[in-house]
Amino acid sequence: MNSVVLETKNLGYLYSKGTSSQVAAINDINLKIEKGELVGIIGHTGSGKSTLIEHFNAILKPTSGSVFLDGNDIWADKKNVRSVRFKVGVCFQYPEYQLFEDTVEKDIGYGPKNMGLSEDEIKKRVRESLSFVGLSEKYLEKSPFDLSGGEKRRVAIAGVMAMRPEVLVLDEPCAGLDPIGRNTVLDLIVKYREKTGSTVIVVSHSMEDISKIATKILVMNESRLAYYDTVSNVFSHAGELFSMGLDVPQITRLFLKLKDAGYDVRTDIYTFEEAEKELLKLLKRRGNNAQ
Amino acid sequence: MSSYIEFQNVTFGYPDDEGNVTNDVIENFNLKIEKGSFVAVLGHNGCGKSTLAKLCNAIEVPLSGKVFVDGLDTADEEKVLDIRRRVGVVFQNPDNQIVATIVEDDVAFGPENLGVDPKEIRERVDEALKNVGMYEFRTFEPHKLSGGQKQRVAIAGIIAMKPECIVLDEPTAMLDPRGRREVMKTVKKLNKEFGITVIFITHYMDEAAKADRVVVMDNGKVVLDDEPRKVFSNDETLKKVGLDVPQATELSKMLVRDGIKIPEDSLDIDELFENIKAVLEAQ
Amino acid sequence: MLSDITIGQYYKGDSLVHRLDARIKIILTILFIVIIFLCKNFFSLGLMILLTVLSVLLSKVPFKMFFKSIKPLLPIILFTVILNMFYIGGGTVLLSFWKIEITTKGVFTAIFMAVRIICLIMCSSLLTYTTVPTALTDAIERLLSPLNVVHVPVHSLAMMMTLALRFIPTLIEEIERIMNAQKARGADFESGKFMARVKAMIPILIPLFVSAFRRAYELSFAMTCRCYHGGEGRTRMKQMKLHVSDFVSLGVFAAVLAGVILLNSCFARLI
Repeated sequence: MNSVVLETKNLGYLYSKGTSSQVAAINDINLKIEKGELVGIIGHTGSGKSTLIEHFNAILKPTSGSVFLDGNDIWADKKNVRSVRFKVGVCFQYPEYQLFEDTVEKDIGYGPKNMGLSEDEIKKRVRESLSFVGLSEKYLEKSPFDLSGGEKRRVAIAGVMAMRPEVLVLDEPCAGLDPIGRNTVLDLIVKYREKTGSTVIVVSHSMEDISKIATKILVMNESRLAYYDTVSNVFSHAGELFSMGLDVPQITRLFLKLKDAGYDVRTDIYTFEEAEKELLKLLKRRGNNAQ
Repeated sequence: MSSYIEFQNVTFGYPDDEGNVTNDVIENFNLKIEKGSFVAVLGHNGCGKSTLAKLCNAIEVPLSGKVFVDGLDTADEEKVLDIRRRVGVVFQNPDNQIVATIVEDDVAFGPENLGVDPKEIRERVDEALKNVGMYEFRTFEPHKLSGGQKQRVAIAGIIAMKPECIVLDEPTAMLDPRGRREVMKTVKKLNKEFGITVIFITHYMDEAAKADRVVVMDNGKVVLDDEPRKVFSNDETLKKVGLDVPQATELSKMLVRDGIKIPEDSLDIDELFENIKAVLEAQ
Repeated sequence: MLSDITIGQYYKGDSLVHRLDARIKIILTILFIVIIFLCKNFFSLGLMILLTVLSVLLSKVPFKMFFKSIKPLLPIILFTVILNMFYIGGGTVLLSFWKIEITTKGVFTAIFMAVRIICLIMCSSLLTYTTVPTALTDAIERLLSPLNVVHVPVHSLAMMMTLALRFIPTLIEEIERIMNAQKARGADFESGKFMARVKAMIPILIPLFVSAFRRAYELSFAMTCRCYHGGEGRTRMKQMKLHVSDFVSLGVFAAVLAGVILLNSCFARLI
């Protein structure tokens, strides 16, 4: 059992607290995220996903409950809040729109510079994270504004990785990218985790993307935590997911349909390889019986 | 069927800092879009598909070659408004195409520019909003709507101009799955019920699979142009130009390779399910 | 959330005042300002107070909304009161200390001035509370349209105002997003000396400008696609038509003007 890196206890957040229009953005979230996991967060728009991750790095202060990083309440001492943001690196949606420096090197170095690191250390980290996102050192001197959309996205992600956070959180890292861009980003996330062993949290609308990379899935529904479990366990709740306005991967849907039609198949399948195996089993078994 | 938009040997591109035309180039491009058809245009970013959208309604004119819309030459400045009224464009970012602070005022913007009689504008606006399912939101402020709703308002703004063709340039790229479904459903309806020609630029394979015809672009050229089923069976070409194949197609291909006798061109999961069921029942 | 703020502080309602033509409301507001400056004594001012209270009651906008708009201007009101109290002489002396005398005339004038300012604030707030911002820009465009003759680009100015109103909430959201993104990279906007804080704004301002230009560029494309080609030959869906109530309210104001002039001449002037 891995140790817990991020924990929330009865975490709640109310918008416009104290007024008649107060709304719960998240409600009573109890969660333990273990070190080294790759957690996929899913939930329909407005389910509280974004509010939840804004609590992980202390952008929002809980209106009730608390968040623990490595066992310490992140709001225990207000002075520590900034250091929490270096330990939990959050890369928000469309992060390329936050680029502002005149070179890629300076922009990636912005986070490390804010940490007060030495010039040498900053240089080292900038190069390291540039390689994490699969860009060559040729890019260091380029202006971030001259890059293509996909490259900008990767530079922005590198800017968060350069802080060497214990937990890397990415909100919709593939939004708006074409298939090449999408696959590149998914790939670099997986590789980053393998290389650094850090915990990674990815928010996504795409069940296919999540099922490709995640080890665990967290489902938000109407400001509450619906599930936090392994990928196959979560996708086995297809009915509940549909009623939450969510989907299961297309592959899983195929097996659900087969099951509904009375065939004896597993319904917790979400990868091509497993799907192929299970379908062959079904088709061949039938074939053998018939012979 | 007669062709409604026609590209004849079109070359176009944006010059870079040194003045060389290298970005988003299309070269010697030929394409005919039939009236009333639903055409999906696929391609990775920078393959020239957004340029295509801008050439369709005289926002840009070709460096060489001709684009005709309903027989009108887009290079003819006299005809620019006639062309834009006929071909409406919906862009990717819903926020950056809504002009007014109230939904119905925004939908009225196009007809107002065309000098339509106020009474008729009112009728068109109400009808357009009903057709995209946004009538009950007509007095809302756009920034209080979801992405999918905003995009439907943008579509209403176009259909209030009574166009014959709508070009949608990655209209779902910034939307969540629900928003994507809403937009797709709306566009399908406009095509089927009102016979509006649709050019749907996207990089989502499952959306392209719903079109009558898929045009795949790479480096400013058409590499594949056929009905979806035939296009998606060219999985090698698709992967070479940086595109995916729908999961259902990929899975059926895997099964065929394993020696299972099923059609290898299932477009979606429902079809694949039927195909598998057919095999099982035959046994 | 920042994006919850309402622009132009419109107070949703469907009262008689809300339904008045925006052009008439602008004219009435200007008229109100002129008339209140014509008031020379408490009797004519009283008539204006009556008009203000009546308009507010008709608008069904709660009084506390008006306190909200008066509050930020309280220092100015107080300053006027003190200035008038100390510097206007005449009448009987109520209080004197050091070199300063407070006289009845001073006190009356101070009250008069304060009431006048409050009425002014209430009346202009009433305009923005009961009129949607777009209707206001529309009305301004139409009222100023005669200036087209002397080549003032009235339509373009009004369009710019409308677009600004449309994009304020969008850009506010954007600022919030960029701030959060930079905070996530350790940006510190709260501490440090003034110059340090100004410098800390750069990572927000540059992305904001880049994004605003991108939006402007895309918006201009979208507008061109929707056949926008300036004000020429443009029609409007929402026609501004004058109703009976518009003429009646104009009549009421004309009557009040006559009343003010009459009361001014019947009673002694205060200022």
